Amino acid sequence: MATMALSHVGKVYEDGTRAVTDLSLDIVDGEFLVFVGPSGCGKTTALRMVAGLETISEGEVRIGSRLVNDVPPRDRDVAMVFQSYALYPHLSVRDNIGFGLQLRKMAKVERSNRVEAAAQVLGLTEYLDRKPRNLSGGQRQRVAMGRAIVRQPQAFLMDEPLSNLDAKLRVQMRAEIGRLQRDLAVTTIYVTHDQTEAMTLGHRVAVMKKGVLQQVAPPQELYDSPVNLFVAGFIGSPAMNLLSGTLRRDESNDYSVDLGAQTLDLPAALLRRRPELARFVDQPIFVGIRPEDIDDVALDGPIPGRTLVGCAELVEPLGSDLVVHLGVDLPGAWNNDDLDELARDTEATISRLPSQGRTAVVARFSPRSAVAVGDLVTMALDTERLHFFEPSTGLSVGAL
Amino acid sequence: MSAAPPSDIVTGAINRGFAARASARLGGGVLRLVLIVVALLWLLPTFGLLVESLRDPAQFANGGWWNAISHPAQLTTGNYTALLKNHAITGSFFNTIKITVPATVAVVLIGSAAGYAFAWLEFPGRDWLFLLIVAMLVIPIQIAFVPVVKLFGSAGLTGSILSVILFHVAFGLPFAIFLLRNFFAGIPRDLLEAARMDGAREGRIFFRIVLPLGLPAIASLGIFQFLWVWNDLLVALIFQPKSEPLTFALASQTRQFGSSIDVLAPGAFLSLIVPLAVFLGFQRFFVQGVMAGSVK
Repeated sequence: MATMALSHVGKVYEDGTRAVTDLSLDIVDGEFLVFVGPSGCGKTTALRMVAGLETISEGEVRIGSRLVNDVPPRDRDVAMVFQSYALYPHLSVRDNIGFGLQLRKMAKVERSNRVEAAAQVLGLTEYLDRKPRNLSGGQRQRVAMGRAIVRQPQAFLMDEPLSNLDAKLRVQMRAEIGRLQRDLAVTTIYVTHDQTEAMTLGHRVAVMKKGVLQQVAPPQELYDSPVNLFVAGFIGSPAMNLLSGTLRRDESNDYSVDLGAQTLDLPAALLRRRPELARFVDQPIFVGIRPEDIDDVALDGPIPGRTLVGCAELVEPLGSDLVVHLGVDLPGAWNNDDLDELARDTEATISRLPSQGRTAVVARFSPRSAVAVGDLVTMALDTERLHFFEPSTGLSVGAL
Repeated sequence: MSAAPPSDIVTGAINRGFAARASARLGGGVLRLVLIVVALLWLLPTFGLLVESLRDPAQFANGGWWNAISHPAQLTTGNYTALLKNHAITGSFFNTIKITVPATVAVVLIGSAAGYAFAWLEFPGRDWLFLLIVAMLVIPIQIAFVPVVKLFGSAGLTGSILSVILFHVAFGLPFAIFLLRNFFAGIPRDLLEAARMDGAREGRIFFRIVLPLGLPAIASLGIFQFLWVWNDLLVALIFQPKSEPLTFALASQTRQFGSSIDVLAPGAFLSLIVPLAVFLGFQRFFVQGVMAGSVK
């Protein structure tokens, strides 16, 4: 087990393409760190630099206290699980798992004991003599895991290990990877584009965009206090609603935000937490609200200054709650790099960008709500939980 | 309702009309018949050779080999007994083996090592060098004879078996490297990287991963190279090794005795048996889907 440290790591390919820029991260012993971000954000490149499969153009990578920039992969004592599993097709499961031990010239008896112990942990005992082609996807994934754990390395590196599995198996294997990592307490870097995996597995989650680390924090902190629009939009499903408004202050020093023709009063507690808001009075600002912080007024009764009216365009009953897509009359021509990037990444986000003077808002209502498509709905917003972002930079206004 | 023909949900087969089915079946039958006829035509000379090799030489004047089918009494193993006692022929048979086996093994080994390097190792000028090797494929061997004979002369190799082996290896390598490089390049990169993470150096990766996975291509190459060298007469004639190969010995039979069929027929059959055995032996490496289960 070991700590890992990346300091000012960068990757520039021979053709001049820059994949990773100035990445600095300290990973503590036994930590499960998840890299998450849209495709092409540099997360896999970062992982491959730690593995030694990619040369490090700039900065330093340390495993334990050892500088590994020029150490070949075989001497870094880290194990990697590939997205494609990369099992040796001509070897049995036993030999696949034991390959690394065999290369290290481990005595046959000990090797066989270790392989069998790993197989036991992963429930592969009865498949040890099969070839990979005779295994199901989930079993192949387990073999790939087995190959990593049997070596008892300093660290695990996992490159989207679950993305080739079907949804049900993915959930099951996700839990299993979490359990294994807890039991073994091996420092792990895990790369994924799936935010659910990131949130459920990671002790900390590092969000990347275009090769640049945006924020690294424990999952809940990432969710509650995103540092910028990109993180806010990327983490959470359905994503955070983003509305363009103007901040106002009246004579009695009470703040409100104008959203088109509608107005939200901002509670004093919120302003105490985000004093920087004062700088934005009478200026445009992006207001963010999570879908679960919006509810149907019909259930709670109207609260003046905390409601927004929109037209229900789509109602998705999920049983536990009702996901309602609404259109709010709110013109907004946004031009922001973070939003562009989000729009490129997920189709879902595109629909959330304003069009024809309307902004899409997604709300998670209680299933008791009787909203139907076409209804004009009054929403109650938990204004204490509003987020604010500076339109020019996309940065969050005032940390929570 | 739609006008689409109803289909069998289980098999996915479309229920076609009787005429269509009949013509499909008939078409399949005709095709099969044509294939059988072609195969028989192809096999006929070989079969003729076999029968001729088993005929008493005294009968040759009385008509072609087909007479032996109606008169099985004409058949005898005498030719083979005589052939095996003929040291010129048996000696040349072993000479052919001495030439063919090293020439094949060397081409396979060097070709696969070079193929791996061209496919997976980074070194300066790699792609240009590979292009050069591919370009060598178009050089006809006839162009090289004179300079190579001179070269072997100055190297003191004239008349040796080694000279023939070297020539076969040199001219076998461009195709070998071309074929194997392209096959090895198809091995998923992840697999080699996984081996690298597991602690393997290039040598281990080559012997433990690339060679086993490359077996289908290596087996095809081995068969081709073996056949080319085994059946070669031209190179043997040019370099005139003192230990002459079977093709050479058989060819000189025709020259000296006109048509000495009693030696030629069993000799030719003998020279045919070995490549056939090699082909059948290597056939088991032609497995489809060697990569199955590896990635995804």
